[in-house]
Amino acid sequence: MADLDMLDNDEPLLVANSLSKSYGRIAACRDVSFSLYSGEVLAIVGESGSGKSTLLQLLSGQLAPSGGHVSYRMRDGVSRDLATLGEAERRFLFRTDWGFVHQDPAQGLRMAVSAGANVGERLMAVGWNHYGRIRDTASDWLTRVEIDVARIDDAPRTYSGGMRQRLQIARNLVTEPRLVFMDEPTGGLDVSVQARLLDLLRSLVAELHLAVVIVTHDLAVARLLSHRVMVMKGGRVIETGLTDQVLDDPREPYTQLLVSSILPP
Amino acid sequence: MNAPAYNFAYLDEQTKRMIRRAILKAIAIPGYQVPFASREMPMPYGWGTGGVQVTAAILGPEDVLKVIDQGSDDTTNAISIRKFFAKTAGVATTAATEEATVIQTRHRIPEAALHEKQVLVYQVPIPEPLRFLEPRETETRRMHALAEYGLMHVKLYEDIARFGHIATAYAYPVKVNARYVMDPSPTPKFDNPKMDNCPALQLFGAGREKRIYAIPPYTKVVSLDFEDHPFEPYRFNAPCALCGAENSYLDEIVTDDKGSRMFVCSDTDYCEGRQAAGHHGSLSAAPYKERAQETSNG
Repeated sequence: MADLDMLDNDEPLLVANSLSKSYGRIAACRDVSFSLYSGEVLAIVGESGSGKSTLLQLLSGQLAPSGGHVSYRMRDGVSRDLATLGEAERRFLFRTDWGFVHQDPAQGLRMAVSAGANVGERLMAVGWNHYGRIRDTASDWLTRVEIDVARIDDAPRTYSGGMRQRLQIARNLVTEPRLVFMDEPTGGLDVSVQARLLDLLRSLVAELHLAVVIVTHDLAVARLLSHRVMVMKGGRVIETGLTDQVLDDPREPYTQLLVSSILPP
Repeated sequence: MNAPAYNFAYLDEQTKRMIRRAILKAIAIPGYQVPFASREMPMPYGWGTGGVQVTAAILGPEDVLKVIDQGSDDTTNAISIRKFFAKTAGVATTAATEEATVIQTRHRIPEAALHEKQVLVYQVPIPEPLRFLEPRETETRRMHALAEYGLMHVKLYEDIARFGHIATAYAYPVKVNARYVMDPSPTPKFDNPKMDNCPALQLFGAGREKRIYAIPPYTKVVSLDFEDHPFEPYRFNAPCALCGAENSYLDEIVTDDKGSRMFVCSDTDYCEGRQAAGHHGSLSAAPYKERAQETSNG
C-alpha cells in the first residue's frame, strides 16, 4: 500500500486551474490555481470575506465555478474534472474518498442519532450490512479519536464541543478517504481542547497519509498542521509557499500584517 | 330538497383520470412515490383520504368492496367508508376477504391469502420512509433518485443499539423490486412477508401528502435488515382467545381495570370464519363453544 502511494505521488491528487467564482458583481474568488499531492496538507489563510470558504466549496464540488475547473485523481488513477462528474458520482466521492469537517459539528453530524450510527453511516451507505462489524469499526474509530467507547450509544448532542468535533472527524475518516476538506475545524473551541484536537489531527494525517485542504484564520493552526500555506485577500491568492517560509518571512504587506497581528506569547 | 346527484364513486371523471394516470405510473415504477393532485374529500385528513381517492378511481359497478380498519370490518372508519361507496357508487360491499375485488385497508393486510382478481388499497399517513431521518423533501427525493439508502440502515442500527434488536414494529421499511425503499404504511411488520410476491395489486394512497405508490402483482418485496440481525415478523405468542388461531396477528384488548387482557385476531373476518368453522379459543362465547362441542361429540 505504501509503495502504491509512493508511485501515486508523481501525480497531483487535486488540481485547481484558474478557479473563479462571482456572485453577481462580487468576485468571491479570482483565478486560483494550485496542485495538491497525496499526503500533503495545504492551509488556506486569510481574514473573513477573503474567499476562503468559497474556494473550499469550489474545490469540493459543492459550488459550480464561474470560471476554471477542478480535477481530482480518482481511486482508479484517472484524473477527472469535477464538473463532468454526475451527481451520483460526486455524492459517492463525497462519502467515500473525501471527507468534509465543518466548523459547526451540528452541520456534519446527525445530532439525534447515536455516535456509533454517526460513524457507521458512511459504511452503511457503501453497503455494509453486518451490525457487529459496523459497531466494531465504529468503536475502533471512537478509540482512535479519544472518545470513551462507553459513550458509543449516546447522541452527539450530549457531547461537549471538542468531542463533537472529534466525532465528526471519526465519521469522515471511517471510509479511509484520501482527501479531507476542513473548514475552521478548531473554531469555537477553547485553547486546551484546540491543542488536543490539533495533536490528534496531526497524528491521523501522518498515519493515514491524508491530503488535507484546511481553511483557517488561525495562523497557529496553519503552522502546526500544514506543509504549505496559501494567503488569500479579496478573493485572490496573494502569497503561497512552505508554511514556515510564509509565516516566518512573509513577503506581501498583507501577510506581514497578518503575521504581526498575532499576540506574542 | 333533491338528494345530491353524485357522479359514480363521488369523484368527477377528470379527477379519476388524473388519479388513474398516477396509479399507472406508480405501477410502472414499483415503490416510487408519484405525486398527484389530491382532492379534498368529505372526511378529515388522517381518515383515509388518499385510500378513498384511489378506491374511487379504480372502482367499477361490478366491484365488491371490503373496507377494514386495523383488520376490523366494523369500526367507525371502515363502516363509514363502506357506506360512502355503497351510497355514491352503489357497489356491493362485503366483509368476506375472498369475495371482495377491492379491499381498502388501514394498518393491516388480511390473513386470508389474496388472489389475482383483487386490489388492495392502503391508506397511508406518511409515504416517505426517510422522513424522520432527513427532514428535507428535496434531499429525500434525491436520495431515492440515486438509491442512497444507507440512512435507512442508520435507523435500524439505532434500534439495535438502543433495544438490542430491531424494535421497529410497524411501518417497517421494505425494498421493492430491488430498487426503491418504501414505507408499507403503518402495517405491523408481521404483514411484511405477505407483500412479497403477492398475486394481488397493491396500491398506496396518501391524501394529505399527495402521493400514490404501488406494488404490482408478483413483485419482490424485501424487508431491510442486517446480516446478523435478520428481519423477523413479530407476533404476540398466544393463540386467539376467540378462535384459537396460532398464526394470526393479534389485538390486545384490556378487559377490566385490574390488568386483565385478552388477545384476539385483529382480522375480524378471519376470526369469525374460523369460529363458524368450529374453532374456538379460551374465551369463546357460549354458542360457538357448544357448537364446537356438538361437532366434536357428533
